[in-house]
Amino acid sequence: MSEIEFLNWVRGQGFQIAVIIFIAGVIIRLAEILLLGRKANLAEAKGSEMSSGLRTIITRSVPDKSTFQRSTFTVVAGYIFHIGLFVTIFLFAPHILMFKDVIGFGWPSLPTPVVDALAVVTIIALLAVLTHRMRDTVLKFLTTKEDILVWMLTILPLITGYMAFHRIGMTAPTLLAIHILSVELLLVIFPFTKLMHAFTFVLSRWYNGAISGYRGVES
Amino acid sequence: MSASLEKGVNALKEQVDSTVASFFSSCVHCGMCSEACLFYTETGSPTSTPINKTEPLRRIWKSEYTLLGRIGKMFGLTAKVDDALLAEWETVVYDNCTLCGRCSMVCPMGIDIALLIRKTREGMAAAGHAPEDLIGATRRAVTIGSPMGVKLPALMAQIKHVEKDTGMTIPLDVVGAEYMLLLSSMEIMNFPEFIEATAKIFDKAGVSWTISTEAFEATNSGIQIGVADIAAELVQRIVDAAEKLQVKTVISPECGHAYMAIRWDGPNLVGKPFSFKVRHILEVLDEFRQDGRLKITGKETQRLTYHDPCQISRRGGVIEQPRNLINMFSDNFVEMPDHGKMNWCCGAGGGVSSNERADEVRLKVFQRKKDQLDAIKPDAIISACSNCRIHLEDGLEEYNMDIPLLSLTETLAEHLAD
Repeated sequence: MSEIEFLNWVRGQGFQIAVIIFIAGVIIRLAEILLLGRKANLAEAKGSEMSSGLRTIITRSVPDKSTFQRSTFTVVAGYIFHIGLFVTIFLFAPHILMFKDVIGFGWPSLPTPVVDALAVVTIIALLAVLTHRMRDTVLKFLTTKEDILVWMLTILPLITGYMAFHRIGMTAPTLLAIHILSVELLLVIFPFTKLMHAFTFVLSRWYNGAISGYRGVES
Repeated sequence: MSASLEKGVNALKEQVDSTVASFFSSCVHCGMCSEACLFYTETGSPTSTPINKTEPLRRIWKSEYTLLGRIGKMFGLTAKVDDALLAEWETVVYDNCTLCGRCSMVCPMGIDIALLIRKTREGMAAAGHAPEDLIGATRRAVTIGSPMGVKLPALMAQIKHVEKDTGMTIPLDVVGAEYMLLLSSMEIMNFPEFIEATAKIFDKAGVSWTISTEAFEATNSGIQIGVADIAAELVQRIVDAAEKLQVKTVISPECGHAYMAIRWDGPNLVGKPFSFKVRHILEVLDEFRQDGRLKITGKETQRLTYHDPCQISRRGGVIEQPRNLINMFSDNFVEMPDHGKMNWCCGAGGGVSSNERADEVRLKVFQRKKDQLDAIKPDAIISACSNCRIHLEDGLEEYNMDIPLLSLTETLAEHLAD
């Protein structure tokens, strides 16, 4: 397979397979959660489930002061790499062109040098997160193979994307093909790992807020 | 698989619903829950990280209710729940967790970790991996009617004392009374002043109330150990008594888990809505305050603080009422750092105080409460849970701190105007 054939495959069939697994996987995972259902609460309510649940979806993004003081690194590094991932994925001009190609519409981009710089910041943040995970007693204790796999497949598209943009080490088509392939790997494992939190956090925060709000407590 | 393990696994399976599945799907192993838990912050033991306590339930969810987990199970790749795991988790789940729910307030994914631990206990108890002391307390609750073995004659003796001291009559089994008061064994045995205080307040407020001789015990060991059937049976006794006496409101006394059991879990345990209301004593007193039924005289000038019992505040929703009431008789009320819904547990709820094996750790983690108290140096602490009160007294003694403990209801009664 020549490098152009390789690029064409990852852009064509490879991409299709990855997207199908991603979408089908996410739907299956959400269905297997929601179809379980839950029993209606028979206790006399003190507050609304719906509004409390919706509120917690938003408010849980910001920790209370004492929690922030106790988990400063996790919160700050977490914010940085999440924002970094969002910007590099969704606000980078070439990516928006790709989205426009696939879904038919695009949106404004951020200046490329800004995205480029943020990509570096995000890579550094992710490296810091892994270092913290390896050194902190609790995190080391909690960490599973899946955590490491997810970390690797999250940082890989950032690194390959950075290399492709700056043409480091290999020819442009090969670099681009490797970058796209790394994204496809991420899409394929996404539904079957903790990456699903990107969708399920809405459900879990809602349930948390609803359970608490029913008893009259803002959570 | 042994018969008891099978029971445990089945009990865990029954716990899985869409909340459980969304919670486990969302965990990213960030570890922030550890910092919300006094059993971690004061011991530094990573096994006490709240989400770790749910491991048996997580394994059941993963292997039975996820596509990948089910496929993995076919090839023997998905982690299983066995007796060794449950035996290892017994101390994690029962000795090092009070179900205080602070972790549930902190998790950035919104996982209600305390709910998951409560559900994990259902499997642990069914498989026979619950602490001996809790099993004993639960057995006494079912057979005798009280986890501490308090029978009706003991209550009657205390009531006789109160009647002699006050000259009042404690209304028993009064049909059609507005309120039916429940008591915890702890109150009957250690704090009969609570009965006296309540009687005085209700008399002044001019409301009709009663105690049922058939169902006076408010505590629910089934909730603590995690056996829904037993919890339901204990709730049903109260429901039957309340319906027989046709009361409008059942009052949960100064006890944390009792309120959770009867107010929030009760109807769900027995499977139908109650025909009466359930209120915590502090909610009732605050209603009296709003209606102008409480006439207070004299102010406490000493520096008072309020310890929020977890199941009453954070998990129960009774947060403002105690503050409204304290401000009626106090000029010098100070809040601890992290008060209200973010208060730190005393360290002995959720069955921990009934479990002798946990005595050492509950006193160790009291350091958290000590730090909170050191920050404001109060002259006295008010609480609204006998269990918190007993343990706070224990902890203060252990750490050589001389701060008296007061019951809110009792202190309020002392300030009633004649």
